[in-house]
Amino acid sequence: MKLTEQEVRRVAELANLALRDDEVVRMTRDLDGILLHVDKLNELDTSNVEPMAQVFSAGETLRADVERTPLSNADAVANAPVTSGGYYKVPLVIER
Amino acid sequence: MSVLASLSIESIRAGLLTKKFSAEELTKQALAFAETENPKTNAYLTFSPERALAAAKAVDAKIAKGEDPGPLAGVPVAVKDVIVTRGVRTTCGSKLLANYIPPYDATAVIRLEQAGAVILGKTNCDEFAMGSSNENSAFGAVRNPVALDRVPGGSSGGSAAVVAQETALVSLGSDTGGSIRQPASFCGIVGVTPTYGRVSRYGLTAFASSLDHIGPFAKTVEDAAKLLQVTAGRDEMDATSSSSPVPDYASALNGNVRGLKIGFPKEYFAGLSGDTATRVYQALDDLTKLGCELHEISLPHTAYAIACYYVIATAEASANLARYDGVRYTTRSTNANTLSDMYRHTRDEGFGEECKRRIMLGTYVLSAGYYDAYYLKAQRVRRLIAQDFATAFQEVDAIVAPVSPFPAFKIGEKVADPVAMYLSDIYTITGSLAGIPCMSVPCGKTSDGLPVGLQILAKHFDESSMFRLAHAYQQATH
Repeated sequence: MKLTEQEVRRVAELANLALRDDEVVRMTRDLDGILLHVDKLNELDTSNVEPMAQVFSAGETLRADVERTPLSNADAVANAPVTSGGYYKVPLVIER
Repeated sequence: MSVLASLSIESIRAGLLTKKFSAEELTKQALAFAETENPKTNAYLTFSPERALAAAKAVDAKIAKGEDPGPLAGVPVAVKDVIVTRGVRTTCGSKLLANYIPPYDATAVIRLEQAGAVILGKTNCDEFAMGSSNENSAFGAVRNPVALDRVPGGSSGGSAAVVAQETALVSLGSDTGGSIRQPASFCGIVGVTPTYGRVSRYGLTAFASSLDHIGPFAKTVEDAAKLLQVTAGRDEMDATSSSSPVPDYASALNGNVRGLKIGFPKEYFAGLSGDTATRVYQALDDLTKLGCELHEISLPHTAYAIACYYVIATAEASANLARYDGVRYTTRSTNANTLSDMYRHTRDEGFGEECKRRIMLGTYVLSAGYYDAYYLKAQRVRRLIAQDFATAFQEVDAIVAPVSPFPAFKIGEKVADPVAMYLSDIYTITGSLAGIPCMSVPCGKTSDGLPVGLQILAKHFDESSMFRLAHAYQQATH
């Protein structure tokens, strides 16, 4: 096994997923199978190969700095489950 | 029978201009047929009759005034439900977005409608485009119209099925590792993954940003090329969209493939068996008869593509899917009192199993201590795979290969084994990693009557050569 259930719980925490116990068991087995296959990459010597993050190197990413109409506030929050006065509303984060 | 059965983009235009029918009449008939037939396949998730009729009436008004109604005038099109449509529900096949109404349109959608196309509705897909069978949709699997007990392929299963079922003439899908080509091959139609950056991704819900493409489905190469013509080109809303000029694809459809150098990679044929092998080898023979020169080539890093892809795609997905946290997008768990529990429970309750698996794998390969060993390693291997193609294209004009090792499989047959499901993407993932244009064109059927697809791959931005070859082949074999 490449992966323990404890590691899976740690990754779930990083990913903000509240996995149930049965999910942890299944996830450990599935991820282990996939990582075993991924190990195949280590057959290749890539010490002289540059990582490829994008298909083409970044080129024309600039545009003229012209003012334009953004989404309206109403549109921006229209899909939020809970809003208040045009803002997203979330559970209390900081105690008074 | 569908009103679309005998129609093409060209014949719709001719019918409109000679007043044989109006766009409104065609739209109403196409919608009525689609709504009646859809329960057989579950290919559409949402119909957009108001938007469709408004677009159709606009086309009719232009024709009445003697104006050009556009290259896609009155063409009934369906759009994969990962591509946003202003005011029309866009679910991404996920429970999390079951009620999401986008406040804007994807660039590809805007361009379709500007060209006169009529959007009938949104098509089912694997959740956030993650899957190879369309069984990962929160709204139920799609059935293959060719064989209703089988999958249509994925993740753009709905977009392929509606074209095969003739409940839309053409459609848009998205492809990250084969999600257009594989369903096109399973449903016996044409599916095109253009060069990375050829079509703007603005409004395409992000799965793996360095691999995501929008591309067309159609029954003919000609119609697929017309859809790409309209949707391709620089868009300043997508920094990775290319300003390389968009050639006139129609002029490439001249049947002239004599002397074209075609490579067939030995790594793609070594393990091929059964009826798929028979059909694809027959296609090689047919290409020779058309005057193409066949050359055996090697793409030596093919065997590493799946491992490479499932590291890179899941790493990018884990970042892209972080936004579904219960704050902005429609669904929030009622099972939490703190902010952190709200995130965790919203995501656990909202995402399906495959999405969770990929988010977990992606988070793992990006986490401290594993980043170099997995993520950077995969990026280095990605370059080797891209270089394989660059080297091959010094010798040949196009490459042909199978699309999938097997035809459409039975619903439920492969869901239990995620690795086996991933391995079925072996022939399509390489082209996605390299960012080159690739497509599936029908190349006959198995003895059970299941469609087989031939994959054609070409150099970056050389969709013209790909279309030239695919069109000549389709004309010669149908």
